[in-house]
Amino acid sequence: MSLENTENSMNNTELVKQSLKKRYIKERVFKLMGLFSIATAILFLLILLVDIASKAMPAFSQTKITLPINLDAEKLGLDVSSSKQDMMGADFRTVIRAALLKQFPEVTKRKEKRALYSLTSMGAEFQLRDMVIENPDLLGQSIEVDFMADDDVDAVIKGSIDRNLPESDRRVKDQKLSWIETLEQSGQISTGFNWHFFSSGDSREPEMAGIKGAIIGSLYTLLVTLALSFPVAVAAAIYLEEFAPKNRFIDFIEININNLAAVPSIVFGLLGLAVFINFFSMPRSAPVVGGIVLSLMTLPTIIIASRSAIKAVPPSLREAALGLGASKMQSVFHHVLPAALPGILTGTIIGMAQALGETAPLLMIGMVAFIVDIPQSVVDPSTVLPIQVYLWADSPERGFLAKTSAAIMVLLFFLVAMNAIAIYLRKKFEKKW
Amino acid sequence: MNEAVLNELAEPPTGVNAPPETEDSLNIEYTDTVGQPMCENAKFRTKNVNVFYADNQAIHDVSLDIGAHQVIALIGPSGCGKSTYLRTLNRMNDTIDICRVEGQILLDEQDIYAKKQDPVLLRARVGMVFQKPNPFPKSIYDNVAYGPKIHGLTRNKSELDDLVEEALIKAGLFQEVKDRLHAPGTGLSGGQQQRLCIARTIAVQPEVILMDEPASALDPIATAKIEELINELKENFTIVIVTHSMQQAARVSQRTAYFHMGRLIEVGETDQIFTNPAHELTEKYITGRFG
Amino acid sequence: MTISALIFLLLLFAAFSYFMARQKITTAYRQNKQPSKIMTLPKYFGYVAALCSLLPSLLVLFVLQGVEEPYINSEISSFIGSQNIAASDDLDLYLNEIKSADTPEKIAALSEEKQAVYQRYHEIETTTQRTITAIVLSLAILLVIWGLRKINTETPARKVFEKIIEGILLLAASIAIMTTVGIVFSVLFESTRFFGEVPIMSFMFGTEWSPQTAIRADQVGSSAAFGAVPLFVGTMLISFIALLVSVPLGLMSAVYLSEYASSTVRAVAKPVLEILAGIPTVVYGFFAALTVAPFIRGLGESMGLSVASESALAAGLVMGIMIIPFVSSLSDDVLSAVPQSLREGSLGLGATRSETIVKVLIPAALPGIVGGVLLAASRAIGETMIVVMAAGLAANLTVNPLEAVTTVTVQIVTLLTGDQEFDSAKTLAAFALGLMLFITTLILNVIALHVVRKYREQYE
Repeated sequence: MSLENTENSMNNTELVKQSLKKRYIKERVFKLMGLFSIATAILFLLILLVDIASKAMPAFSQTKITLPINLDAEKLGLDVSSSKQDMMGADFRTVIRAALLKQFPEVTKRKEKRALYSLTSMGAEFQLRDMVIENPDLLGQSIEVDFMADDDVDAVIKGSIDRNLPESDRRVKDQKLSWIETLEQSGQISTGFNWHFFSSGDSREPEMAGIKGAIIGSLYTLLVTLALSFPVAVAAAIYLEEFAPKNRFIDFIEININNLAAVPSIVFGLLGLAVFINFFSMPRSAPVVGGIVLSLMTLPTIIIASRSAIKAVPPSLREAALGLGASKMQSVFHHVLPAALPGILTGTIIGMAQALGETAPLLMIGMVAFIVDIPQSVVDPSTVLPIQVYLWADSPERGFLAKTSAAIMVLLFFLVAMNAIAIYLRKKFEKKW
Repeated sequence: MNEAVLNELAEPPTGVNAPPETEDSLNIEYTDTVGQPMCENAKFRTKNVNVFYADNQAIHDVSLDIGAHQVIALIGPSGCGKSTYLRTLNRMNDTIDICRVEGQILLDEQDIYAKKQDPVLLRARVGMVFQKPNPFPKSIYDNVAYGPKIHGLTRNKSELDDLVEEALIKAGLFQEVKDRLHAPGTGLSGGQQQRLCIARTIAVQPEVILMDEPASALDPIATAKIEELINELKENFTIVIVTHSMQQAARVSQRTAYFHMGRLIEVGETDQIFTNPAHELTEKYITGRFG
Repeated sequence: MTISALIFLLLLFAAFSYFMARQKITTAYRQNKQPSKIMTLPKYFGYVAALCSLLPSLLVLFVLQGVEEPYINSEISSFIGSQNIAASDDLDLYLNEIKSADTPEKIAALSEEKQAVYQRYHEIETTTQRTITAIVLSLAILLVIWGLRKINTETPARKVFEKIIEGILLLAASIAIMTTVGIVFSVLFESTRFFGEVPIMSFMFGTEWSPQTAIRADQVGSSAAFGAVPLFVGTMLISFIALLVSVPLGLMSAVYLSEYASSTVRAVAKPVLEILAGIPTVVYGFFAALTVAPFIRGLGESMGLSVASESALAAGLVMGIMIIPFVSSLSDDVLSAVPQSLREGSLGLGATRSETIVKVLIPAALPGIVGGVLLAASRAIGETMIVVMAAGLAANLTVNPLEAVTTVTVQIVTLLTGDQEFDSAKTLAAFALGLMLFITTLILNVIALHVVRKYREQYE
């Protein structure tokens, strides 16, 4: 086929026309493939969020059983002047049990009694005890108290245990179910927002388990991470961007930073275990060690973000300062750094969000222990939100399924909040130089 | 930053957009500088200055004196090295790693490239105003006060206030901004920003002010104000100005130096250069045949 | 004196130095009516004077603190030796017991002999600490006096101060190197100890992994127990599934978003990808274990397949979804680096968009895409929480994605969580696995970063 031949090139146009139909189909298929990819990602995210949110809902409300309680001072062996220590040791359990027996006087058999007593949570006696310690005048009075219900009762009320199943397939037996229904009819069962979940530490009992310990633990860990990684990362970024000479040592540092950004997080956990815990004998399970490990992990992220923020500051600003006789150091600290700060902060928040969600390295340094108390300082043993998720996800009791999902919701809430701040900062200070 | 500056400065000297018919004239044998490169009562004396970017020579053997309390204009086609030469005078070229300066540059008979010379102190004595207005993203007041603050020029707040006011007055900006001294300097118009940058430079009370095409980014009215200002400032300062505009050079300067491809072709009284250039290249440039 | 009190005192001295030096210079400036107006600010002299006493004293303090413990240990050991006390077999344990006696009750509970040792220990400790305090404090005071005397208006204070700051900045930048050295040192050190007990060949090529059975002393080092091949195969299987999901989906997402998507689609899809990237891996793990795995199992059973409840497929799928944003953003970077002229050249010949993408853009961007895939692979191999929660613990040597497999990271976590005795072969094995993991990901990262950089340079 020669190009000069007009007849042939007419034919070529025809040929192209003929092929076009096929090619446009291909084009459409290709486009659909792209759309499918995006749709998969969006769909997956939706399913994940809906699934977790629906699983989490039950954890945000809590079933309560209202019982009339007779705080007989003599039976408790207490009076208004009793010391706190005496009150701590007093037998409030019997009082609650008496109240339950009074409600259902027909229960006499030992086994049945035990089932009856398990209507209220194991924590009910502590709840009552704390009330009395707070207000000793209650002693000798008869009062009505809303006790936390056991997680099985909770499950029945929320419908996650089906009442219509045959007894053999049901976790809650007929007798217990009838008690629950009696209480329901007499209006003694109520549900309310589960404040307890946000105000207490971990527990082996699903209904008593709260997330406050993990939130505080995460907070301490992040504080340590921030205090260490921010100044170091900014200093490193300033040095590399403004002062570093071009030599092999600096190249080596840069390679290291880029590589560290891609090292699996669990390897940082190994570093923490071998160096900080074994070699420097720092406390296990403590936010301070977790914070150090996470700061080493987030350093590359913040350094890389800070460097690009510093790089974006126009040279004219530096020259202006230098032209007035400011030294290099003065021009950097007085002008470049303030101008780059919004970008640096955005990078830092993103690094912190990454640190907040990180689990694996903290498992290595023992933050996976079961800890009930709320940590008071950075050296107290504690756990963090993602590890709380991991721990609860591993627990067999079905009540923890909702707790796990709820903990995830809390974790995601903090992450979203942090990212929103980062986006806000970026938008607010976005400068076109 | 170095790369950016470099791109601006190190345009290869061959990049002159010369029309083909002047191609021959560009190949004229270079002779020594024509005119009077030396002068009495010199503030700066530069002798045989060569500047290299890596292996690329940007300035060839320039010798030029800069007289005290007068304005000297450096003119020439773009890429001719006039900005590079200007930046050697307060060692702004130090910020570019690959830049190397040879020769002798004396300020008040002292070598500014001597080992013990502190470039920071030098830049406080030889201030600089840049092509694009570059106020700090701070208030007008802080922009002007910055220099005096870092150099410890004042003892207390009221002295500093006076100094800032004086600098703004000298720069002809005070009347326009006196009610909003604490508004950001970046909110001013381009011409005001440039006068702010001049005020900022004056506040350090330098001996020499280098101006790198200070009006090239401004409109004609703002330019006129800047030129007026330059005329007033020469009472107190020695001014070296790089400019693209020959009219501007003619209006503000007493002496003019013509650069071409990294060489200093001709220096002389401004009147003489513009009315009666001695060198063929100068004449071609001034008559607008290339550049 | 406690360390914190000592440091506080040093800071106090530094503050004193600062004010005195500043005062001295200010006075000097006032007296000497120099013609030059530009002077270094007095505060820089203050900083220099303060740092000149603070930095050396702190350095000496930390060095002395470092040698304090070994010194006390050696002293007390020689005391125990000289007293002919039959210290129990383990000297460390013995010393620990004595050192941990910090309350009167605990001291009272010690045996008489130990009480004597305790007394001695207490004496040594007190004198050492006093000596350290004395040395550090006198050094600091000397430096304060010397600094204040030496400093004058001729001192290049600003330059000295800035050099010190620059040194500190350099130190901060070098932390990256120290971290890498720390990682290499810790995994390598523990691994060599492990390979002292278990031959490296049987670790690398053994096909049976059962660390739990190796607790008995006679079994330590029995070659069968620490064969890591099933872990390597399991890791590769899950990573392969993850890449199979994430590479096409991520690449196509990037292509669609940059070449086809309308601005509304982009406005939805970009944040979705960012959210997917920001979700903690523990959440993916939970989702994989409680939602995806049962779903796949049910699906498989309805098709008559037997699927393990912790199938490699479930973990791999979810991990794949997790890596999509990573692949997509890397590919986006790479594709946008292809010069516009190539695109226009192809379109100008009458090629359709998809033809341009498939035949011109992707081949041109291939090195960059390969680099991105390598980085994604390194991510997948090192990913921990998804597999810890959704993959199995048992080391099955299989490539069937419907069965349960275990991975290197799962085993590291299993071996190291809980209160383990640190030096057992079991915990050391975790470090050997960590070493393998580090080396593998390091190689992948270095190659990938190199490839991507070369690719970028080509178009710059």
